[in-house]
Amino acid sequence: MDETNAPKKGGGIQKITGRLFGSVPLLGYLLAFLACVLWELLAGEPLSRMLGLPQVPMFFGILTIFKVLAALVDYLLKDAPFNGAVLVQIPSALIYFMVIYFAPLVVVARLTVKPANLMARYLQRFPLAVSALFQLGLMYAIFHFWVEVSDYRLITLKLTLIAVLFTLSLNIINGYMGEFSCSHPGFMAIGAYMSSLFSIGLFFDNRILGEAVFHISMAYFTFPLALIFGGLTASAAALIVAIPSFKTRGDYLAIISLAFLFIVKSFLENMQSLGGSRGITGQPNWAALPVIFITVVIGVWFINNFVTSTIGKALNAVRDDEAAAEAMTVNTRKTKMVAFLFGAFWAGVAGGLLAHVMRFINPAMFGIQKLAEVLAMVYFGGLNSVYGSIVGAVSISLLGEALRPLEIFKWIVIPLLLILVMIYRPTGLIAFKEFNIRQIFGPKEVE
Amino acid sequence: MPLLEVVDMSHYFGGLRAVSNYNLNLDPGQITGLIGPNGAGKTTIFNLITGIHQPTKGIVRFDGRDIVGKKPNQIASLGIARTFQEMRLWRHMTVLDHIKMARYSNFSYGLWGAFLDSPRRNREEAQATELAMAYLTMFGVAQFADQLVVNLPYGAQRRVEMARAMVIEPKVLLLDEPTVGMTPDEMMAMIEVVRQAHQRFNLAIFLIEHRLRVVSELCQKVQALVFGEILVEGTPEEVQNNPQVIEAYIGEQEVEF
Repeated sequence: MDETNAPKKGGGIQKITGRLFGSVPLLGYLLAFLACVLWELLAGEPLSRMLGLPQVPMFFGILTIFKVLAALVDYLLKDAPFNGAVLVQIPSALIYFMVIYFAPLVVVARLTVKPANLMARYLQRFPLAVSALFQLGLMYAIFHFWVEVSDYRLITLKLTLIAVLFTLSLNIINGYMGEFSCSHPGFMAIGAYMSSLFSIGLFFDNRILGEAVFHISMAYFTFPLALIFGGLTASAAALIVAIPSFKTRGDYLAIISLAFLFIVKSFLENMQSLGGSRGITGQPNWAALPVIFITVVIGVWFINNFVTSTIGKALNAVRDDEAAAEAMTVNTRKTKMVAFLFGAFWAGVAGGLLAHVMRFINPAMFGIQKLAEVLAMVYFGGLNSVYGSIVGAVSISLLGEALRPLEIFKWIVIPLLLILVMIYRPTGLIAFKEFNIRQIFGPKEVE
Repeated sequence: MPLLEVVDMSHYFGGLRAVSNYNLNLDPGQITGLIGPNGAGKTTIFNLITGIHQPTKGIVRFDGRDIVGKKPNQIASLGIARTFQEMRLWRHMTVLDHIKMARYSNFSYGLWGAFLDSPRRNREEAQATELAMAYLTMFGVAQFADQLVVNLPYGAQRRVEMARAMVIEPKVLLLDEPTVGMTPDEMMAMIEVVRQAHQRFNLAIFLIEHRLRVVSELCQKVQALVFGEILVEGTPEEVQNNPQVIEAYIGEQEVEF
């Protein structure tokens, strides 16, 4: 269907890369990336000094290139001063990327095909959890060393991980169940506020929320509870959208969910006891990278388990034909309720993480702009697909960061890209694809 | 006692009387046909029995229990399965998923089992897969198990739909025009499928059909419905040769089918 109609393009190059890298398992790429980041830690700084770069390029050189281009545009349009010497940074950044990332990645991935496959096959003999934990640990190690270079990378990575969870939670409703829900930033806001109330209100003195209830030095360990509390309250609020969904569908439900978003936003803006439109500041710095990583992995695992079970696939049945689902014993009310509550729960958890990463929240963060962003991530990545949500969230958030120097033009480039994706792949890049954990962590057979 | 019993059922859509004083007695293992011109209310009767609409008045009893007011999914899990005239398959789901989905009410692992990928879930899913494959083999569509239904030929889609209804393990099967749009060959194959399912499970089947050929091949009893009312009830020959039925269908002229 979607796959067969998709244009098959690229002959020679694709074939060659397919032959060279088709048999590289995830483990091989992880090892290669780990080599890259370690290599960067070792050689990044001297190399960038040698190439005349002002600092180590943050995003694989893209950011550096666009900074130069933006300066050039400024010079041409507004006669801003422009130093011709910075033009040299473009090739330098490219060289940096090739030397630090591309070349080692290609070489290591290619060279470790056999051992990586052997190892993946060996790991497969253990329960899936062992193999998964090992490779996730490797992934965390990559993140850990990658963010070593600067705090900017750290915050971007944290926000990207949160975006993955948030996008996936919206995909449950918009993709798997096929309802166009606009209320998701509202759920995130509730999660963010409630988990902040939990963490600040109980354990810290705060200008807005008053004095601490408990004085515990190990309050850090209650953070999971704060996240769960935020998620559960978001779930409870989702009932307001879930109950009308029994009777109405499509455009009408979209309007109801949009109304819900506005209600939440104006409620928070007008609640002076929650800081009004200035919001709450001073969240404890609890959302460290490992905490976020673990939470997001658990979230992805839960959601993936759910949507691959027959009970979860009932969402698809309700989307494709509700009357048929009902006639085939599917409890459609329960299914819709679960989709909204489950989606809202993880949106709330993502909100709780966001609050503790940013360490301030205000109602303006959870408005239409957030909605547009997350919808873009869901539809860009692909409906009905865990894989697609991950790709969508990562690519849109990294693109957003990489194109930041373009300032206003960024908001032309990203929507344009979205339009192009919609033309060539109307359901998103990787839609309707099941995310088979066993296959991903397993070896790839060499033909 | 009949397995499915409808007594004096009427239904109004606003002021329009769609069904009036309809009666049905369906015994275990019996195949009853329902014929009638377009708009006579045949599908409405199906919808009333399966709970999609609530009858304005009347009783529907299944296995001695009153089922009026129950939700369609509850009625289905009691053992009344149906197919649809327009099939209503789920276009983004594979054939195997279709069959497993109809086992929905038999899964007992619950939400937490689904979230946590519990051993119980894996066991039940594996059992369901096994059962689904058995049904797919029985209906001759096992080779399509991993394909999306939209990629299947029409006849195979119909069989998938039948298999999906049968895997509920119903006592009564309601078939809404199972041979619509089929070539004569496909039609004969479908008649064979229905007959086999009937013999194998001792099913009671209630069948809407336009093709008198299908009705006379399968049914022991036929009802002819016109404007929501039963005109004649009897054996296929009796109904087929009844002048009132012929008139309702094709005017006064006689035509060979």
